[in-house]
Amino acid sequence: MGGSTEPPILKERRPMYRKFKLNLPQFILAIALIVLGLSTDFSLSRTELDVAGKNLTSIGLLTGGVIFYVGILLIISMFQNETILSIAILFPSMVAIAIFVYGFIGWSIRVSLSKWKGLKPDFTWAGLTQYVNLFHNDPRFIIDIRNTAVFTVGFIAGCLLLGLALAILLDQKLKGEAIFRGIFLFPMSISFIASGVVWGWLMNPATGNRITGINLIFQSLGLKSLISLWHSTPQPWGMAFTVIPAVWQLSGFTMALYMGGIRSVSEDLREAARVDGASEFQIYRYIIFPMLQPVTLSAVIILGHMSLKIFDLIVALGNKDIRLDVPGIYMWTTTFDGTNYARGAAIGILMLVSVAILVVPYLVQNMRTETQL
Amino acid sequence: MYSRKVNFALFSLLIAAILVLSACGPAATPTAAPVTQAPATQAPVVPTATPAPTPVEIFSWWVGPGEADGLAAMIKVFNAQYPQYTIVNAAVAGGAGTNAKAVLATRLQANDAPDSWQAHAGQETIANYVTAGQVQPLDDFFKSTGFGAVLPPTLLPLISKDGHPYSVPVNIHRSNVLWYNPKVLAAAGVTANPKTDFKTLNDFFAVCDKIKAAGKVCLSLGAPWTAIHLFENIMIGTMGADKWNGLWTTPPTTDWNSADVKAGIANFAKALSYTNSDASTLPDWQTASKMVSDGDAAFNIMGDWAYGYFANPAPNGLALKPHVDFDWAVAPGTYGIFNFLSDSFVLPVNAKHPDGTMAWLTVAASKAGQEAFNPLKGSICARTDCDQSLFSEYSQDAAKDWTSNVVVGSLMHGVVAAPAWANSIGTAIGLFQASKMDAAAQADFQKALVAACSSDGTCAK
Repeated sequence: MGGSTEPPILKERRPMYRKFKLNLPQFILAIALIVLGLSTDFSLSRTELDVAGKNLTSIGLLTGGVIFYVGILLIISMFQNETILSIAILFPSMVAIAIFVYGFIGWSIRVSLSKWKGLKPDFTWAGLTQYVNLFHNDPRFIIDIRNTAVFTVGFIAGCLLLGLALAILLDQKLKGEAIFRGIFLFPMSISFIASGVVWGWLMNPATGNRITGINLIFQSLGLKSLISLWHSTPQPWGMAFTVIPAVWQLSGFTMALYMGGIRSVSEDLREAARVDGASEFQIYRYIIFPMLQPVTLSAVIILGHMSLKIFDLIVALGNKDIRLDVPGIYMWTTTFDGTNYARGAAIGILMLVSVAILVVPYLVQNMRTETQL
Repeated sequence: MYSRKVNFALFSLLIAAILVLSACGPAATPTAAPVTQAPATQAPVVPTATPAPTPVEIFSWWVGPGEADGLAAMIKVFNAQYPQYTIVNAAVAGGAGTNAKAVLATRLQANDAPDSWQAHAGQETIANYVTAGQVQPLDDFFKSTGFGAVLPPTLLPLISKDGHPYSVPVNIHRSNVLWYNPKVLAAAGVTANPKTDFKTLNDFFAVCDKIKAAGKVCLSLGAPWTAIHLFENIMIGTMGADKWNGLWTTPPTTDWNSADVKAGIANFAKALSYTNSDASTLPDWQTASKMVSDGDAAFNIMGDWAYGYFANPAPNGLALKPHVDFDWAVAPGTYGIFNFLSDSFVLPVNAKHPDGTMAWLTVAASKAGQEAFNPLKGSICARTDCDQSLFSEYSQDAAKDWTSNVVVGSLMHGVVAAPAWANSIGTAIGLFQASKMDAAAQADFQKALVAACSSDGTCAK
């Protein structure tokens, strides 16, 4: 039907009953699995499952559910309908995400619109009071916003510049490029807590006879003027020092992104430019950099969503000092130490909104370009 | 075509089975496992005449050196007295109790309460668990066991609501201790004796000027919470026990807007000016206390858990000699005042095994139980009649004060203020430290303290 001009999106609709192909061994297997799964769940819901002293009831229930569902899938596959089968296979994951991600986000929004303070849930409607209080009556949240802005700008700029510089250096076809690539990329695999603790030791602002870390190196080299208070510098520049471990850790990742982008510029283009008399620097500036714009955008999105949610690095460096506070830390202390669940939920929703503003337009644009292709 | 789909489905089943079986690996750290599972499994039924011991689940965060030993010793006393019960030790590690409290809150909401749990005596228990209707009053218990009679009388109002006590204090720690290095004082030419001569904070500041002139830090400070710890002791030192207690009553008999609070804030600012500039980057309190024993600082105001850190043998302590390498006095201006914090156990509403819980509370309140627990943890008995020869020299000093001093509650450690209120005050203190701490900043700080009281509902708005 139709010719090759038929748009690929349209599918032939196949009525289910016409194409049902009964395969007896498969059908028997399916029924067996369904019965096995149901009976396992039924018996486990009445008794507990003890294997070598460990309570495995929940795992048993999960296994029973999986077996049951595989049987259902086998039966659905006999209907020869790709669409229904695809939806059926994805169905458990969609339900799980709907409940545990979007359902709980909705519940957090509900909590943030309440007055819940203390261990007993209190869903009295409070409207936007929590949000208004955060922006108008809360000097700590203003510090959070300022610190996040300083950290984000410093972190993204630092990673982009350093990553681009490293990518250009490694693009020079040096010997041992793979080794250097590995070395620059390794810090990304370290946890922020570990790098925060170690950089905290290095950036120790103690002076006098307790001087240590990088300050001690400066002192031994006679560079006394470089001795710094690091991240205990009075605000707002103290927060800028917390960018150093973050950039150290993720510039390798940005470098890898840029290397991919630079490599995708074909050698022919460069050769043609050289033939036309362009210097290496002009090649970089007029050909390669413009082609790196999509890579830069991806990097900004990824680094931005990390910096908006930063928590562990700042805790490891600042020990919950208010001068280095960020929304993640404020949310944690006000919810779990202060049992102020409504305010914590409001901060959490604000963090989600800020990341969504960054990520969602990018995703929408990506989905549009993909369907065009 | 269909055979590919069957293969695919069977392959998926295989993957799912592998994932499920790999999840049957070793459980998470044993201390956390009992808490995350369904209610504790019953002990296997033994086919003899005696019934199997009933499990009693005790929830705490005592997993560190010293405190875990103390808990084990108290369990041993319990097992000897109550063989018909067996203790299930559901301790949760991490975060100095933050993790445990979060787990406990979840369990309480799911109506899966342990048989008893550790809670800081005072408002942390009352604002959290009493207000939520999760624990029962202990008036009858205090009377029938005579426990109420052996506690200091000034303690009882601080652990009660409307006259009904709600917790069984097991240990007592003191917050207002001044740790100092006699050698640093001598080297700076200080003749004042911290144990007798710091009647007001100005006496202390005069000595600090001498120490500062000698090039040492006068008062060492650590991670941000130690600033709250310093704040409460400076306030008590400025305004005295009655006015401090008056800040926390409903409604407060001491106005947060008063000149007393203003003077306390000014003293706090002055005290902070004598502290080490890198305080907030220190990971916890130990580094600040070590500055004193290392000779880099003269004084450190810290709770009496610092004694174990100074005196115990390695690896948990610095193995220092009392009165030689370090010494102790009471925080300036707080002579005759015992600023306490206490770990206590509660009686849940709808306890699963109420007789088991009462048995545990009886042991926790008993002389034998407290004498087993406290020497190992480094705290003192809440009871005033424990055998003092079991304790260290510092603890004997503290126990003497416990029986004779006026008892006031700690802000930092959950006695006088509900967690949300304490959290707001902590934020205000942090913001104050981040400011210039001049007169304008002090006025703002006082306004923030007033606002914190209003948002808690204790002060009229």
